[in-house]
Order: sequence, then C-alpha cells, then structure tokens
Amino acid sequence: MKKEFVIQNKVGLHARPAALIVQTANKFKSDITVEKDGEKVNAKSILGILSLGVEKGARIVIETKGEDGKKAMYEFEGLIEDKFGEE
Amino acid sequence: MKNIHGIGVSNGIAIGKSYLYVFKDAHINVNKKDSLVYEEKKRILEKAIKKTEAEIKILYEKTKKRSKKEAEIFQAHLLFLKDPVTIEEIKKLIEQGFSIIASVSKTFEEKADVMEKMENTYFKERAKDIRDVSERLIRSILHKPKPSLSSLPFPAIVVARDLTPSDTASLDRNNVLGFITEVGGKTSHTAILAEALGIPAVMGAEGIVDMVKDNNVLILDEKDGQVIIEPDEDTLKNYKEKIKEIEKEKKELEKIKYLDAVTKEGKRIEISANIGKTEDADIAVKEGAEGVGLFRTEFLFLGRVTPPTEEEQFEAYKTVLEKFKGKSVVIRTLDIGGDKQIPYLNLDKELNPFLGVRAIRICLRRKELFKVQLRSILRASAYGKVRIMYPMIAVKEEIEQANEILEQVKQELIETNIPFDKNIEVGIMVEIPSSALNATELIDYVDFFSIGTNDLTQYTFAIDRTNQNLNYLYKPLHPAMLRLIKMTIDASHKKGKRTGMCGELAGDPEAIPKLVEMGIDELSMSPSKIPEAKKIIRNL
Repeated sequence: MKKEFVIQNKVGLHARPAALIVQTANKFKSDITVEKDGEKVNAKSILGILSLGVEKGARIVIETKGEDGKKAMYEFEGLIEDKFGEE
Repeated sequence: MKNIHGIGVSNGIAIGKSYLYVFKDAHINVNKKDSLVYEEKKRILEKAIKKTEAEIKILYEKTKKRSKKEAEIFQAHLLFLKDPVTIEEIKKLIEQGFSIIASVSKTFEEKADVMEKMENTYFKERAKDIRDVSERLIRSILHKPKPSLSSLPFPAIVVARDLTPSDTASLDRNNVLGFITEVGGKTSHTAILAEALGIPAVMGAEGIVDMVKDNNVLILDEKDGQVIIEPDEDTLKNYKEKIKEIEKEKKELEKIKYLDAVTKEGKRIEISANIGKTEDADIAVKEGAEGVGLFRTEFLFLGRVTPPTEEEQFEAYKTVLEKFKGKSVVIRTLDIGGDKQIPYLNLDKELNPFLGVRAIRICLRRKELFKVQLRSILRASAYGKVRIMYPMIAVKEEIEQANEILEQVKQELIETNIPFDKNIEVGIMVEIPSSALNATELIDYVDFFSIGTNDLTQYTFAIDRTNQNLNYLYKPLHPAMLRLIKMTIDASHKKGKRTGMCGELAGDPEAIPKLVEMGIDELSMSPSKIPEAKKIIRNL
C-alpha cells in the first residue's frame, strides 16, 4: 500500500527521525520505500533517507509491499503524526 | 620562543607539553583492484564492521554518561555503519574486483558528497559524520585504529586542526590541560568542552599544527588568546607565578563564595545576582548568589513577533523562583525602549530614545501589556519570594499609577481564587536624578529602593552612555553621583527600609568599600563577580 505524508517536525527528516524510520522499518518483513520528488529509497537505509534531504513541510510517499505491509503503514502513520515525538 | 594568536576560550593559563593529535589520511586509491577471493574479502569486511560497531558502542556509552543528547550522534553513526543498502553497494564493488578499502571509501564518499551538496546546513553537517564512520571502518580494516585521546601519555595540551565529538568522546579528562585548534571559535564543540572542563583553550590558532612538535613546552593564555611555544626561562617563570596567583585566588574564593558577606564590624551585605534569562539562575546559585537583585524580563519579549503569553512568563518566573528556594528574587517589570526595541509594540520613533517613552512610561500607556506581566509575576509569587520593581520612576505619580494597576490585578486574582503572595513587596529603580533628589518622599510609596547606576550616571551627566566620545563623562564614582546614592540610602534608612544597587557599579571592586561605607544594604551583580565581591566585603 501507498500513502502520502507531509513532514511537520521542525528540522525535517534529520538523523534522529530518519533513525526512527529505519528502526520501525526493520521490524517488518515487507519491502518499504520512502519517496520524495520521484526519488525512491529503501526505508531500511538511513543514508538513503538522509540523502532525500526532507525538510519541514515536504511531502513524502511511503510504500509497503508484503504481508505485514498494512501493519507497518499503521506504525509509520503514528510516527509521523506524532512528529517523531519531538514537540 | 615563538608566538601565535587565536581566540581565547574558557579561562586561565595552562603550561604543559604538547600532544599533537594530527594524523595524515592514508592515501586511498578508489580504483584499486586486487585478486583476493570475494568470499575472503567479504569475511574481512564483515569482521571489520563488527569491530567498528563495538568501537562506536563504547563511544556511545561513554558519552551517554555525560550527556544523552551528545551521545545521540553515535547512534546515528551505528546506523550509518550498518546501513544495509550501503553494505550491499560495498559488496557489489568488492565482487567486481575492487579492493575492500577502495570499495568502502568510494561508497561512503559518494553518500557524503550528496549530503555535502545540500543547502540545509543540518544535512550538510552530516557529511562529516559519514566520513567519520567511513574512516573508522577503513582504519579497522587496516588494523590501524584511530589515534585516541583516551589515554594521554602525560598531562598535556592537546593540539589539533579541529576536534569532533567523536575525537573527544573518550577524552582523558584527568590529563588534559588545554586545547589549541586551528579552526573553530567561541561556539565550536571544543570551546564548549573547554568551558565545561574549566580548562583554557585557544581556537583559530592558524598554523599551530605545523609549528608545534610533540613534547614542546607550551604556554596557553586564554586572556589574550596567546600560545607561546618553547618559552624562554624568564617568560616561563613569569607565567608560573601568574598561575600560582590565580590558583591561590581561586582557592580562596572557592572557600568563601557560599559564606555571608559580613564586614569585620559585623555589617552584613546581601550579595545577589543580576540575571537576564532563566538559565542564568543556575550559574548564579553556583557562584554563591543569595538571591536575585535584578531579574531583567526583556529576554521574554525580544526576538519574537508577538508578546509572550501570561503562561510563558509565569513559567519563566516560577522556574527562577524554584531555583532560589525561598530566597528573594526581584523581578523588574519590562524595561524596553532606549537602546532596546521591540518592533511588535509599534512604538513611535523617538528623537531622543533615552529621554523618550521607555520602561515604566510604556507600561503605563500599554496597560494590557503591563497587566499580563504583573499577573504572571503575582501568580509566580506563590512559588517563592518575589519582589516587584518598577524601572525608570521619575515622580511619585508613576508609582501610584503602577500600584493602582497592580491592585486591580490582585483583585482579579482574589476573585478567581488564584493564589499569590499577598505581602508582595514593591520597589523602584532609582536611576533618574529626580527620584534620588526626592527619595524622602518616594520612599513612602514603596518597600525598597534599588539604585541603577548605569542610567543614573547617564542622566546625571547628560550623556548618552552608548556614545563612545563621551566616555570621559561616564563617572559613576564622581562626587555628584555619590551624593545622589547617599541621599537615596539615607532616605530609605530613615523609614526603616532598605536600598540595594544593581548597576555595574555594584560589582566594581573599587566601588564596593565606598558603597558599604555609605550604608548600602544589598549589592546585585553579574554572577561571576560574586565571589570576589564577598571577599572584598569580608576583608573590610
């Protein structure tokens, strides 16, 4: 499944939020990708996520492919809505 | 004997031998191929990753003990190291016949390069971290561990081009005497570390790495940002004397800074701190402040587009009060105008800002703004001992008006059952000659006086104190000033009330004996001056 998000936390997907995405993605078997402006990276790769340079207000698309994809998406929703627990 | 200058950081003088923390990067040919078997190279890579992982974990644990926030970067380093996509890419290159080191270096460098080209400085900075991890991994493959500051061979002054958190995480804190770096300034990582360790440092000493060898004798003087390499005997002796004096002074001050400031005749002077933001309260307590004689509230109002809310102000005041645990905290109401401006208040442009609508004059016109501040101060008064102080009072009518507003706010709080200190004291800054000259009348309207010598000097001598050409007229110890100060103190004492001082003069070692002699009850100064002031008074 595929879903679009707007990143709302202050400095965007910097090291800590990116690490949280990786840690979350690692909990699932599904193939998970993060996409910004047509550039797609593996959600289990922190350097990939950082290389997207996602700043506050940017739109990203998360895609999950696999048995536990739905469950994974549910966790990403919570994480992003909660602004990665930052503020 | 050679000399080099930079920016002095932290404080003190260090004399010691140099420890050069400089290493040349091994030249890496990223196109190098070899004929090792793929399986064997993969095994070496995986082993090196494990070893590096362990290294970073140690750094993380060590740093975490000191600061959780600082340690976070090493968690990111771990994820960089174990990034599955990156590892796959490295393995692919290895499979194509590239050497392990070439493959690692090429892969990480590509990633670092992407980050470095970003505009956002935060992302840009991460390029350094990626290179740091790459270097660590390569060193591990080569069995050449990164030189470490974790055990210095002797008490040393560390000399480096630059120091990163990863360099200093395992720093041998017992043996480091000082830092000298070629890059960086007062806010660099090394500067902050030096402050925290209480050791001197010189930053931005360009060329130092090439001028110094290991084991050179160095003198590092923070005061003028100077480094002396291999000093001659006289210089060395000179500085050793200086250190002795500083040490002696320090020990003496350390001993007395939490004691009361009592003169030999038994007169006790309260020594308190001037603070400008909530964090200053910790420093003030540490330096031995017996309270806050001046809490400037402007910081809450500056650098924003709307005034701070009641809640924000309340929190800030309460935080400081709680840190002082029942000791007196004098909160000065908004003192804006003059050389401090707030755009969102849309004040009229003044021809003579220091003589215009400023401080209490603004508050009496902008009653809502004033009420919100008074309300937050009163609410905070339930959490400690607050005293309110109005700045720039010229005539008694201003006190009456301000007090009237204060009464209204108190009434509102009583009606809504919000607790506050019903006996809260109210005082004024005496910083306009008219109020000093008329102190005998004004004292009946207040509980205390506090003399603001900076403005009082400015208004007494009719000089703009920011005008450098008029420095010669800035004379806070001139007989004219002393008379105004004396009048103020005497007027309060006649009514059994107290006068404090919170201008720069209050912390001036030369002025303190004079002020005590004139009968001052409280001196409030920047926290760092407190120990010295206590010492002076205890010797009077």
